[in-house]
Amino acid sequence: MEMDGSREDSFITTRLSEKLVGLGLLGTALLTIAALIVIMATLIVESASFFREVSPLEFIFGTEWTALFADKKFGAVPLLVGTLLTSGVAIGLSATVGLGSAIYLSEYASPRVRAVIKPVLEILAGIPTVVYGYFAIYTITPLLKSSLFPDISFYNALAAGLAMGVMIIPTVASLSEDALYAVPETLRHAAYSLGARKIQVIFKVVVPAALSGIIASFILGLARAVGETMIVAIAAGFRPILTLNPLEAVQTMTAYIAQVSTGDAPHGTIEYQSIFAVGLYLFFMVMLLNLVGNLVVRKWGIKT
Amino acid sequence: MNVELGDLELLAEEKPTHVEEERTIIRTVNLAVSYNGRYAIKDINISIPKNSITAIIGPSGCGKTTLLRCLNRMNDLIRGARVEGKVLFNGKNIYDSDVDSYYIRSRIGMVFQKPNPFPKSIFENVAFGLKINGYKGDVAKRVEEALKLAALWDEVKDRLNHSAYELSGGQQQRLCIARALAVEPEVLLMDEPAASLDPVSTARIEELMIQLKERYTIVIVTHNMQQAARVSDYTAVMMPDEHGVGRLIEFSSTREIFTNPRERRTEDYIRGRIG
Repeated sequence: MEMDGSREDSFITTRLSEKLVGLGLLGTALLTIAALIVIMATLIVESASFFREVSPLEFIFGTEWTALFADKKFGAVPLLVGTLLTSGVAIGLSATVGLGSAIYLSEYASPRVRAVIKPVLEILAGIPTVVYGYFAIYTITPLLKSSLFPDISFYNALAAGLAMGVMIIPTVASLSEDALYAVPETLRHAAYSLGARKIQVIFKVVVPAALSGIIASFILGLARAVGETMIVAIAAGFRPILTLNPLEAVQTMTAYIAQVSTGDAPHGTIEYQSIFAVGLYLFFMVMLLNLVGNLVVRKWGIKT
Repeated sequence: MNVELGDLELLAEEKPTHVEEERTIIRTVNLAVSYNGRYAIKDINISIPKNSITAIIGPSGCGKTTLLRCLNRMNDLIRGARVEGKVLFNGKNIYDSDVDSYYIRSRIGMVFQKPNPFPKSIFENVAFGLKINGYKGDVAKRVEEALKLAALWDEVKDRLNHSAYELSGGQQQRLCIARALAVEPEVLLMDEPAASLDPVSTARIEELMIQLKERYTIVIVTHNMQQAARVSDYTAVMMPDEHGVGRLIEFSSTREIFTNPRERRTEDYIRGRIG
């Protein structure tokens, strides 16, 4: 069959525009990769100059961090412990409450209750982190002080961690609920048909079957806590001193970076470079968490 | 499907000639089930004799599965389901308020249409019912016995710790039977247990059922007329009425149903003219 001229023209322009659209979309995809490369390069280059001055061993294992004092020491353990302390509190709270609400929503709630609770949970995720920070200082800390811990510092790891925990609850709850909900109904019926009670069905069949998804939700929540900056910068303090006591002020890795980059450390100075080293450290931690998360999913995922 | 009646007559030989009421283990009295106010089955009166195989047959949507799921209170798990009437198990109504539905399900087990092993090892699958029911004896021994009863032991004895998902569909279904048998129920309800299996696996399951009836009472829902004729001693025929509500239209010995049905509709159905 022969095509008339105009059809052929439009055919060619269509092909051309399709190609252009394809190229444009490729460009946007490449841009994200480029951004990653630029960020990685900056982190590595600046860290490299940092590590010419400070030995990596001292950085990783040193327990004194006095970057902003005259006698500078760059042992990152206090920052790491500060991060783990606040994140630990956060994941402790969000794992318990998040998994609990996920189990309730997936296994107990009627469709009507579910329809009310799920959106409310999602609103929690939409609250700006700066609000959580002030919530920690002006609500959680005073509450803790008047009830359980009269000696708690104004800035402390516990309140910051709890506020982060509240922030992360929706992530854990929503991902865990997806995992629980995805467990086939036939498995529940199989357990019931053997005489299992509801609590046994949930904890011996449904939760184990959804375990990979649940653990993945914990790890993702933990990664968010480790990377969270605003809440800890506001509420956990700027005190990079090694302590395991969550009632004291600490400094997290992110809070240190925030402090230096909003302050006036001149370019090229060692404290300026140190934030890139800490950033690189943080980057590796989050990457490791994601890696572990993937491994967990692969090892314990439901194979059907 | 067009079943040759001659074949079925042959198959139905050496089967009981009438329903022996005195051997009843489960009896339903005016049983009806509705889902969100809409009746699925009504006026079901049936007496299931002990140590026998009773088949429930009928066209799709006639309420066979609904009836089966009433017998061990699995319908309790479905939102909006309401059961009226009685189901007497050894003379006691299992829907009485003083009856523990969980206990009932450990006495009346169930095998489902599609094999549904747990994502656990072969051993853990069979041991599951024992563990949740707080069995104090030798779990490993009971698991072995159950797997032997289900004719699966020789195929899995060297890999009890492997995932149940490594088994074939037919093996998985026999694993599910072993899992149900491990709790030593009195009755085993089977909802089209061979529907998703190939003919060889189906034949094995049927063979197994005939062996099991010495110790257990089996109620099986099936779409497959030849299967009902081959394995069952008694057959219940269900049909939807003009409102789409499932009714029991005939219940008798399998021999009677397939050779000398009282109801015209039964004859039409088993000869493939309905459904």
